[in-house]
Amino acid sequence: MFLDLFYGLRAEGVPVSIQEWRALLTALEQGLHGSSLLRFYHLARACLVKSETYFDAYDRVFARVFEGVEGAVDDAAVARILDWLRDAKDLPELTPEQLAELQRLTGDELMRKFRDTLAEQTERHDGGGRWIGTGGRSPYGHGGVHPTGLRVGGPARSRSAMKVAEERRFRDYRTDRTLDIRQLRTALRRMRQLTRRGEATELDLDETIDETCKNAGEIELVFRSPRRNDVRLLLLMDVGGTMEPHYEPVSQLLTALHEERGLRDFQAYYFHNCVYDHVYTSGLMRAADAVPTGDLLRRLDERWKVAIVGDAAMHPAELLEPNGAIDPRKASPTPGIRWLHRIASHFDRAVWINPEPEDAWDAWPTVRLVQRLFPMFHLSVDGLGAAVTALVGARA
Amino acid sequence: MPTSDGRFARFAGTPGYIASGPLVDAVNCAIALERPLLLKGEPGTGKTVLAKHVADGLGMPMLSWHIKSTSKAADGLYVYDTVQRLNDSRFGTGDVSDIRRYLKLGPLGRAFAAAKRHVLLIDEIDKADLEFPNDLLRELDEMRFTIVETGEEVVAKERPVVLITSNNEKELPDAFLRRCIFHYIEFPDPALMRKIVAVHHPHLDAKLLDQVLVKFYWLREQPELRKKPSTSELVDWITALLRAGLSAAQLEAHLPFVGTLLKKEQDVDAFTRHVARGGRLPASWADLGPRYNQ
Repeated sequence: MFLDLFYGLRAEGVPVSIQEWRALLTALEQGLHGSSLLRFYHLARACLVKSETYFDAYDRVFARVFEGVEGAVDDAAVARILDWLRDAKDLPELTPEQLAELQRLTGDELMRKFRDTLAEQTERHDGGGRWIGTGGRSPYGHGGVHPTGLRVGGPARSRSAMKVAEERRFRDYRTDRTLDIRQLRTALRRMRQLTRRGEATELDLDETIDETCKNAGEIELVFRSPRRNDVRLLLLMDVGGTMEPHYEPVSQLLTALHEERGLRDFQAYYFHNCVYDHVYTSGLMRAADAVPTGDLLRRLDERWKVAIVGDAAMHPAELLEPNGAIDPRKASPTPGIRWLHRIASHFDRAVWINPEPEDAWDAWPTVRLVQRLFPMFHLSVDGLGAAVTALVGARA
Repeated sequence: MPTSDGRFARFAGTPGYIASGPLVDAVNCAIALERPLLLKGEPGTGKTVLAKHVADGLGMPMLSWHIKSTSKAADGLYVYDTVQRLNDSRFGTGDVSDIRRYLKLGPLGRAFAAAKRHVLLIDEIDKADLEFPNDLLRELDEMRFTIVETGEEVVAKERPVVLITSNNEKELPDAFLRRCIFHYIEFPDPALMRKIVAVHHPHLDAKLLDQVLVKFYWLREQPELRKKPSTSELVDWITALLRAGLSAAQLEAHLPFVGTLLKKEQDVDAFTRHVARGGRLPASWADLGPRYNQ
């Protein structure tokens, strides 16, 4: 059952390693869970899950794996039992012999016996060793003692682990959902390639010592320029048409990029469906905003990183045929795919960010064609993180 | 229910810090497994303060290492003050022959070298460079490091209890995360918040507290808010209300000293607009969502 939790988490994409699993086992050996499923829930989470973004996945797996260990009784029965358990009687002192007598049950046995007892019981019980009640030695109820017992109801001293898991309060922290600007910024912050350029304002200690030694102890200060981010980003964005439903996440991405001061340079242009002879400086795409795509390729050298945001969903002719542009005024003899190919080959690193969820990509043949030219990522925190790695990280 | 085998020091909270059960368990788990405890959570949920109270609760001295964007992992171990030595050699002001005089242990180094077990706080680890946590892996694992200049090895006599806080500004490397115990401090619910407030204002009128909490949680629920007020801001606000001698009745339809709760201009603007439009302020828990009325 425990191993199901481990593999369940891994299947959900939570990065759990043997190292963490062993830490949990050590913690269990030391009795840190205090024989309570709720504390086990928290303990296992502290040991296995290292980011609140995975808490939701953990809740789902936990609820699945430990289903039936707690709960699994219908609501009417729960109400009836809770009624028997109201105003708990104080616990009688038990002799060590009595304690030893208390049967140690396994989870499955316990659950079976619980159901049987529940079927037989018709009224409230306090004390005693058999029925569901309070202040007793039976394995069920609350305010009682039983080494492997099942806590049923009781004032909210602690909540049931399954309840906690089923509440899924951490749904908001999942990273595969669409984003807010703050999360975007965290993802974009990794867009860093530090180099030394500009004015020398930082004391270079090692060089200073070397130079001073060469200078026979006469101190010679050496300065160097501080490390700065060298990433230049060109953003090309698809607007209108099928992109309309994605307005919100795309505009958030744009806001986050405009606020990202770490970049050395940032330029954004717009297109509709596919890039042709011109791209536009505004989303309205008036003739006055047009910039020849060829100029862009001449002006920006291959060190610029390119991120194209679009769903790449269009009629194949728009991508492959000459004069394929959906707007006849923007017709060009060069098919869109040629322009995309030029962009992909001119720049060293380019990625395509698609606001559509990944499983929808296959529906469009044009998406598959574009994917041959650009590595494609989903517009989510995870996807954006991967896209940034593809832009600035080491080559795989 | 807890197994009190007494094999390791246990933290049980202190009168000055109300910790939830899971948090106490996480702290004890970190102590028992001798692994660093990584704490995340909204700003103002008491991540940094926890370290001090863990130290108090366990009766251990505390060392803190506040991380800045320029912090390097090596600084935490020791610093070799070359410039001072160079200077001394030039002007003959100190004994230059003894390199030890110019080696200064950092917070991590001091925690290792100390004879007594320490609580070590590494505060806001996400402020540093991306590689920073990776540079500390071996030191935190084995609790030992070598001073290159002298060849001496500093080995922890007593493994310190390491608490690390992060505000999620940067993703931490997986190898580092694998070695940590993780706890996310959730924002306290009203019941826990009452206990927390009681620590700071033990004689607060129950009606006033109720009004304060209704307003506070209502404010936090407003979707247009850019920065939600936190626990520490709530405590400040109550202090301000008490100084002004305001009563629960006066608070029902007003939200005085809103500047102690809202710190962004846009948020204050949005709130003022809400009031100007004749927007209602909640008077009781019933005016809040179902989450608060179970």
